[in-house]
Parts: sequence; C-alpha cells; structure tokens
Amino acid sequence: MTDEPLLRVSALSKSYGSRVGCDNVTFDLWPGEVLAVVGESGSGKTTLLNCLSTRLLPSSGTASYRMRDGHFRELYRMSEAERRFLMRTDWGFVHQNPADGLRMTVSAGANVGERLMAVGDRHYGKIRATAVDWLSRVEIEEDRIDDEPRAFSGGMRQRLQIARNLVTGPRLVFMDEPTGGLDVSVQARLLDLLRGLVTDLGLAAIVVTHDLAVARLLSQRMMVMKDGRVVESGLTDRVLDDPRAPYTQLLVSSILQV
Amino acid sequence: MTDIATYNFAYLDEQTKRMIRRAILKGIAIPGYQVPFASREMPMPYGWGTGGVQVTASIIGPDDVLKVIDQGADDTTNAVSIRAFFRKVANVAVTTDTASATIIQTRHRIPEHPLAAGQVLVYQVPIPEPLRFLEPRETETRKMHALEEYGLMHVKLYEDIARHGRIATTYAYPVKVEGRYVMDPSPTPKFDNPKMNHSPALQLFGAGREKRIYALPPFTEVVSLDFEDHPFEVQTFDQPCALCAAKNVYLDEVILDDHGDHMFVCSDTDYCEKRRGDGHRGHLAPETDLAPETHSAPGNMEPAQ
Repeated sequence: MTDEPLLRVSALSKSYGSRVGCDNVTFDLWPGEVLAVVGESGSGKTTLLNCLSTRLLPSSGTASYRMRDGHFRELYRMSEAERRFLMRTDWGFVHQNPADGLRMTVSAGANVGERLMAVGDRHYGKIRATAVDWLSRVEIEEDRIDDEPRAFSGGMRQRLQIARNLVTGPRLVFMDEPTGGLDVSVQARLLDLLRGLVTDLGLAAIVVTHDLAVARLLSQRMMVMKDGRVVESGLTDRVLDDPRAPYTQLLVSSILQV
Repeated sequence: MTDIATYNFAYLDEQTKRMIRRAILKGIAIPGYQVPFASREMPMPYGWGTGGVQVTASIIGPDDVLKVIDQGADDTTNAVSIRAFFRKVANVAVTTDTASATIIQTRHRIPEHPLAAGQVLVYQVPIPEPLRFLEPRETETRKMHALEEYGLMHVKLYEDIARHGRIATTYAYPVKVEGRYVMDPSPTPKFDNPKMNHSPALQLFGAGREKRIYALPPFTEVVSLDFEDHPFEVQTFDQPCALCAAKNVYLDEVILDDHGDHMFVCSDTDYCEKRRGDGHRGHLAPETDLAPETHSAPGNMEPAQ
C-alpha cells in the first residue's frame, strides 16, 4: 500500500501578479506521513497549503492525489463538485483561527455531524453517537455537545475543529498553524492529542507552522521555505540538528532558549 | 369601472408579463430551481405579496376565476385588497370557492379542498432561499444548489432535535423536489407539505423583493426532509374545529375574551363555511342557522363587472 505516494506535487508555482507566492515546489507525500512546512512570515507556506488544498489555483505546476480507488487524479483538472466532495470526505483542513473552520452558531454536535450529513447520513441517533465519540476523543466533555463553539475556549474550539475534520476518516489533513495563538500549556496538550490521533489513524498531514518545536514534535519530514522557494528539505531531525542551508542555520539558531 | 382604460390588462405591461412568463416556464422546466427575474415595483409594499401578484398578473386571462387567500382566509386585508386589485385592473371574476377558482393566489396556506388539474396555485414568498439563515452569502448558496450540497439543511434539523427533542420547524419546512433541488415551500405550515407532493395543480412561487420565481409542475415529487429515526410529521390537533367539527384540517387558535378562553377553528374559511352550510356543527357554533350571516353560500361567485 505504501509503495506509492498519496500526493505528488510537481513544479508548483503561484504568483500574485509580479509577486511570487510560491515558486517551483516539488515533493511527494506518502500515506501516514506528516510533513512540516516551516519558514518565516511571507515565505509562501500558506500559499502553498492553499494551492495544495485547492482553495487557490496555482499559476503553473501539477498536483495529483491518489483517490481511494487507487487511481491518481490531477487536482486542478477535477470539477469543482469533485474537489468539494474530496475536501469534505477524504481531506481535512484545520485553520489557525477555529472560527474560520467552524460554524460558530450551531452546536458542537452539529459541527461534528455536518460532514456526516453532507455525505448522506440520515440517522440522528447514529450521527449523535459519532459526535459524542469524537468529542471524547478530543477531550471535550459530553455535556458540552449542545453548546455553541462561541461558548468554548480557544483550545476547545481548536480541538472541536479537529474533531469536525476527522469524523469522516480523511486520509490527508492540511493544518495551518494549528497551535497558533494558544498558550503553551494548551499548545502542549493539543500537540499531544494531534500526535496521538495522527498515529492512531495513520493520517497523512501537511502542517504549516513557523514554530520549529511544533514541527519537531509532529512531523517526520520538513521543508524550509524562504521567499517562496524550498531552501532545504529532509527528515525533521536531520534538518533541525544539522541544518545545511544558511537560512535554515539562521532559523534554527534563532530559537529562543529558555 | 371608468378608469379601467388607464391600466394595461392585469396592471403589468406586456413586455414585463413576457419576461415573467419566461421565468415561470424556466421554473417549470427545472422544478424547485429559483429563477431570477426582474421584479417590478408594484402598488403595494414588499412583503404584501408583490411576487405573487406579479405571477398572477402574468398568467391571468379574461376568463379566469381568481381566489385569493391570506393564511387560509378569504376575508382578511391582504386577500380582500388583492382580489379587489385584480377585479379593478383585469376585470376578472373572483370567488371564494376553492373548487371553482382557476387561479388561487395564496399567502401561507394550501386550501383544504383538494386541488384539481387545470388549477394554478400562486404562492407569495418572502424568502425563497431555504439555506439563507444557514449560509448568508448568496454566491455560496447558489453554488450549494448547483453542486447539490445540502448537508447544511440537515444541520438545521439536527439542531432542532438536539434542542427540542424533535424537529421543531413547523412552517417553511424544507422539501426536496424530484430528488434534486431543496426548496422553501414559503411559510406554509408543514401540515400542508404533503399536499404539494404529486399535486395535480400547477404550483408557482413568486418572491417580489428577492426577485425569484420557482415552480412545481403538476405531479411533481415533493419530499419533506427528515431523519430516519425522526421522520417528518404534520401537526395534529386534539380537538376538531369549534365551528364546523372538521377533523384533520389545519386549525387557528382564536382568543375569545380577556380570560384566556380560546377556540380552534379552521384556518381555511371557505372550507369551514361550506361544511357549516352542509349542516356540520362544532361545539361553539351558533344554534341558529348561519344562512344570513355567511357572506358566501356554497359556490358564491362575484361576477365580473
């Protein structure tokens, strides 16, 4: 099963007029693998993530995804209906700001159940049981199931967003700074939870972060971006312990030591 | 009528009627799809049936017989005004009798008397978009219709059950048309939803402010959305109509005095009066014969002037 990649990205570029978003990015992502994309603000990480998740169309380049039937499909040639179906079944997208990924005015249970209903689940009892199960897996108490996310803390909202994305059993999850804006103890628990879920479910994930510690904890492989280009990529431990590109060396040496 | 000549037949100019008829034809061709149209200013405020009036004006002919109901009643302000409007500008015959009408314009009810082939039911629609309160962006809701992404509609029903233990939506209950488009049946009570399914009458929906027309051709499948373990149900009433003793009809609660006494009566006034005319008596019906009091004996029809 793992002798073929899940996602093949080739020479992907996105420019905004004369400005470069990301330039000539090529990589493969394998099933169950977590890839971290790190770099400073404006380095093109989020542009890359948005292109990969088809929220943006690239200027050039291709990306093909291995569907559940084993066939590769070219992402940017799929119809919008197919892409949107993929996004709510086989993929997940965890936003930095949970309000972007949640429906803030419907209950936590409905937030988790929405994807199930979108793919045709029509049994209230089963949807609710699944929602309860997923809330407990992300450490949200069952009696909060009918509360709106507006009444949740930042960390809870982020965990709810993760549950909402994982409920359909996706194979690939995109995460944009999943721990951004959370305080360190909440961050630590969220990372712990994410690491557990990713391992248990065998998820592949692309995590965009500027926090090298997050990359170290979550990912097996990482890409360092600067000005839209990939300046270095490799196993996370290797890149962080033995950075080769001058920019990576600067990045690693800039980490504050407590 | 001396001023009839100052109006084009049925108020709207012929070009506007053609435009609206094209929208109606497109709506009939794609059941449940909301067709945009260039809604005109009408001599009445938005929310008073400008959409329904434009649809009626576009399809009415000199031989038509028009009935107008407002929440089931023929004698409320909206119904009386619109009926008078069309008598004035189209000089057509009007009636309160459901069976003898060829066009029935309605605000928020479907008559109790079954509709027949050849009749047209014109709904006044305030908000045609069933997804509006779930997704405020029109660009997004149109895309959702186009891609048949209706999971969100069930999120609303889920919320109902989670909060109230049952589907608490009682009016404007969303339906799926011919297995394709999710449609707002206008704020009719969900009691009327089953009547839309495979109705022999043509059903047209006009939303003037929102500038949308949609339609259900005769014998169209209309299914109310629900969950397997919480199936769709219509309202039921513990007691029959207090005036005509009708059961299995939609009842209105009427307050009788300052002590909270109330009674439940048919919301469809024509149906209720017919039944009383046939001798049915509810427990609050006057003992004496109603003949002088009712303004509409069975089949009452006001001729064209």
